[in-house]
Amino acid sequence: MAEWIKACEADDVDEEDVIRFDHGSRTFAIYRSPDDEYFATDGLCTHEKVHLANGLVMDDIIECPKHNGRFNYKTGAAKGAPVCVNLKTYPVKLEAGAVMIQID
Amino acid sequence: MVIVGAGECGARAAFALREQGYQGSVTLIGEELHLPYERPPLSKEAMASEADPAAKIVTDLRKLADARIILMSGARVVRLDRQAHDVHLDNGASIPYAKLLLATGASPRRLPGLPESSRCVTLRTFDDALAIRRHLAAGVRVAIVGGGFIGLELAASARRRGCPVTLIEAQPRILMRGVPAEIAAVVHAEHERQGVCIVCGQGIASIAEAGETIEIALAGGERIAADLCIIGIGAVPNTGLAEEAGLAIDNGIAVDARLRSSDPDIFAAGDCCSFPLAVYGGRRVRLEAWRNAQEQGGLAARNMLGQDEPHATVPWFWSDQYQLGLQIAGLSDEGRDTVRREVGPDAFILFHLAGDGRLVAASGIGTGTAVARDIRIAEMLIARRASPSREALAAPETRLKALLAA
Repeated sequence: MAEWIKACEADDVDEEDVIRFDHGSRTFAIYRSPDDEYFATDGLCTHEKVHLANGLVMDDIIECPKHNGRFNYKTGAAKGAPVCVNLKTYPVKLEAGAVMIQID
Repeated sequence: MVIVGAGECGARAAFALREQGYQGSVTLIGEELHLPYERPPLSKEAMASEADPAAKIVTDLRKLADARIILMSGARVVRLDRQAHDVHLDNGASIPYAKLLLATGASPRRLPGLPESSRCVTLRTFDDALAIRRHLAAGVRVAIVGGGFIGLELAASARRRGCPVTLIEAQPRILMRGVPAEIAAVVHAEHERQGVCIVCGQGIASIAEAGETIEIALAGGERIAADLCIIGIGAVPNTGLAEEAGLAIDNGIAVDARLRSSDPDIFAAGDCCSFPLAVYGGRRVRLEAWRNAQEQGGLAARNMLGQDEPHATVPWFWSDQYQLGLQIAGLSDEGRDTVRREVGPDAFILFHLAGDGRLVAASGIGTGTAVARDIRIAEMLIARRASPSREALAAPETRLKALLAA
């Protein structure tokens, strides 16, 4: 069942950056866009299961730190070779200075 | 459009032709029987995993069919006929082309005088990888000739499988080509910690098979007995077809910045070609790298369709050994001087600066992908021909990303 969980404090993520958030056995990536919005996706690249949180955020793109696979972190869309499988995204809201994500 | 070579580069080119809207026929010819697959895992996951590996394919029959790409597997091109504009296959068939892409890759460099033995092998293809991993069981003595990326990655994988490993490098240190000594030292130390015996500065006098043992005699007189000997001393570009067809060759099929060979209807891309690298003033290089193969496949396809787009990217390589991840952007031999930046407790980056202060390369090593983000930013700075201050590069508290905005 879908539930909202706290991922981090809003200040934990720099603008145009990403951090890793683990919850139980799952891992997520939490993004803050250059226009100061927050987003969440699965934490591992769909190509070779590498943690995306060491990757580089440029505008609305996260680039995998291993092989430069690119995704739009707002939509999860894979942006071409070597990645062809989209990234799952999760709803995000800010509540009392905390970043909340809705997981299933 | 005909593409010779169905590796990462050729396959990428075939799809790029379609992505550009090309509607005519696209034929991809490969010698191997496999679908196009990624080679980087062959020395890593495919060796180290307990379970039998599957090739990591980059496309499947469905995608090829949807893109109307004809894949001819297990087919060898034996001759190019530039006048008639066709390629001849070993089965006697010929295929006409309007534009031809040679993505023929490279082959392992051979050591002269090696015994013909299933215990004395090289690694290039998935089948090579399967043949090697069949030997890798706990206790099987492995000797590796060559301390480059392939040899070292295989050493790490063999250790993971419980094999005693000796690695022999003729140069005074491992990773002489393209990796700074300071980073090679970290890799060397980790291999020794993991139990690999590394012998540097020793040439091979002879390699012989004696029963089920491979006996390696070093130039200094030392003898090493192994159950499996892997030769990893680099690769030579597959230029045979191009040479016989009279195309210009210069450490690979010589192409211009648009990847066009000395014949305007024939292009070359990936490991098989040498090209002028714009970021270093047109220095001619040949790169053996996964990302280069991909990028050049796409670039060649666009130029085959008349895009007139010059090569503009910065070389980028990586290697994984044990928990260590090494990444290099640019060619470090372009640098005169280095600035070191610590990235967390067990990772660092060397920034290589040219005499005029321009950032020309960055080499990093650390656990996993610890250096990845900064190397990627460095790559962008190199592409912009930036000259960031040494202080900013060295100071961990300076965000490198801020330098991009400067």
